[in-house]
Amino acid sequence: MAEIVIDNLRKVYPGAKGQPDKVAVEGASFTIHDKEFLVLVGPSGCGKTTTLRMIAGLEDITSGSIRLDGRLINDVAPKDRDLAMVFQNYALYPHMTVYRNMAYALELRRVPKDDIRRRVENAAKLLGLLEPDNLLERKPKALSGGQRQRVALGRAIVREPKAFLFDEPLSNLDAKMRVETRAELSRLHHALQATMVYVTHDQVEAMTLADRIVVMNGGRIQQIAPPLEVYHRPANLFVAGFIGSPRMNTITGTVTGEGDRVIFTEKGTDHPIRLAMRGDLARLLEKHLGQEVILGLRPEHLADARDLTDPDPGATFEARVDVVEPVGAETWVYLRSSAHQLIARVPHAEPRTDIGHTLHFTADLSRARFFHPGTGESL
Amino acid sequence: MPDADPIARHRNRWFAVILLVGFSIVFFLPFAWMVSTSLKPLNETMSLPPRWLPSEPQWQNYPDAMRAMGPFWLYARNSLMLALLNVVGTVASSALVAYGFSRIEWRGRDSVFLLLLATMMIPFPVVMVPVYTLFRELGWIGTFKPLWVPAFLAGAFNVFLLRQFFLSIPKDLTEAARMDGCGEFRIFWQIILPLAKPALLTVALFQFMATWNDFLGPLIFLVRQEQFTLALGLQNFQSVQGGTAWHWLMAASTLVVLPVVFLFFLTQRTFIRGISTTGFK
Repeated sequence: MAEIVIDNLRKVYPGAKGQPDKVAVEGASFTIHDKEFLVLVGPSGCGKTTTLRMIAGLEDITSGSIRLDGRLINDVAPKDRDLAMVFQNYALYPHMTVYRNMAYALELRRVPKDDIRRRVENAAKLLGLLEPDNLLERKPKALSGGQRQRVALGRAIVREPKAFLFDEPLSNLDAKMRVETRAELSRLHHALQATMVYVTHDQVEAMTLADRIVVMNGGRIQQIAPPLEVYHRPANLFVAGFIGSPRMNTITGTVTGEGDRVIFTEKGTDHPIRLAMRGDLARLLEKHLGQEVILGLRPEHLADARDLTDPDPGATFEARVDVVEPVGAETWVYLRSSAHQLIARVPHAEPRTDIGHTLHFTADLSRARFFHPGTGESL
Repeated sequence: MPDADPIARHRNRWFAVILLVGFSIVFFLPFAWMVSTSLKPLNETMSLPPRWLPSEPQWQNYPDAMRAMGPFWLYARNSLMLALLNVVGTVASSALVAYGFSRIEWRGRDSVFLLLLATMMIPFPVVMVPVYTLFRELGWIGTFKPLWVPAFLAGAFNVFLLRQFFLSIPKDLTEAARMDGCGEFRIFWQIILPLAKPALLTVALFQFMATWNDFLGPLIFLVRQEQFTLALGLQNFQSVQGGTAWHWLMAASTLVVLPVVFLFFLTQRTFIRGISTTGFK
């Protein structure tokens, strides 16, 4: 079990003739604690996989350092890092049986045969590779996608490595298998008490699996925090938009003081949404009087005013209902204010809001976030 | 899409069958003629109009031809030895070089590879004299060495063939092996080679045929008759006997071709199975 400390990691791919160099990762610093499940998440090309591959040793490091339990491993060969990796395409050896696929790394380490058998069988039992069918003597091509994925997991588990590295391991599974395997991964992490680093572009996987999430974009780390903190207190507009579905509402507006009140006024319209801030939020915005800010509000923090017993008049505004999407347990209501499109998640299975009607909606301003319009940083 | 129309599909199928059968006949005819001639008495080999089948099969031609050819089994042993050495050398060296060109990153790799490919454009007659000079300097003329040592130095075509095949093996597999604890050579030996069996067999068979059938090489570099190969030995019928004993020449030729045919049928299933079913992904 292990702690991995990454400091100011940088990766530059030299450009082809005449092309500029491509910076894949820039100034990445974070620590993966012992027994932690850390998820690297971001859109494709954000540098998350490159970061993982640098930890694995499959990619050279341009500058910066990676330490594993205090030991600098920048130039240590992958085989000597004692890390196990699960690949997106499983990468099972087609010419070996399931048993040999799992035993191979141990054979290379000259683990005694009895030990190998015991460890492979334990892992196989843990992953359901023995029951209902014993798959150990099959070749990978005779397995389903889900079974291959479990063998790939098993191959990593038998190693009892210092840490597990996962490179989008669920992205080749169908939706149902993905949900099942996700839960299985959670169970595994709990059972093995191992350090795990997991790369995905899927924010749901990140939210459900992670102890902490590292959000990356354009080669840079945007935020490192536990899932709920990332969700409720995104560090910037990118994180706010990337994490959460449907995505966070953003409204551009200006801050003014009216008497002892601090008012947020939607920009770009003659009939703006006006919201009166209180408490901490008012004190925060007081520093930005006369400036432009971006208000971020999760869809679940917008309510149909009729559902509330005592809607706050200072947080209520009118909007026209554009589209109504019943998604089962709740309904997504697409609204148009005069300048913005917004989404509200209302807890009704039966949509009762008519399209085209103008209704009152109330924002839960205690959950609102504000961002700087220039930098996108949270205020 | 021709598939959409069953009549068109039917027609295409027949077209393919006729084409294939036609080509088979064209390629089979010389072979059939050789076998047929090998069983004729000498006076029927050149008769006009040609006779397709001998009036009575002369099985005696075979032992007679072997005797007439000189030390047949010695030639066969030389041929076999050279063929095996060439196969082993070519497969081992080409695979190793191809691995370097497909799986290891190094500066200038692609330029060197292009240079290697360019050597394929040089025909053997162009280098024949300098190569002869080279081997003479080494004192190898009159020995087997010129005929097998170069095989251990990887030929361009085989390297190209294997490199293309290696490139089709997913990179994930070698990286997984690297994580599992393999060094470069073990990846080559335990992961790449087993997966490349069909390609390796192809190279082996091509090389076997090339060496077995090679006439020019042994003719240039070998001096003493006891070193001759079968391909060279067949020449005896044309030069030594004055007139050509066609029936014996054909009988001996049939014997010489036989191992290649046998080997091809033995390995053809592997060829056809090829890349598609090795079970990647």
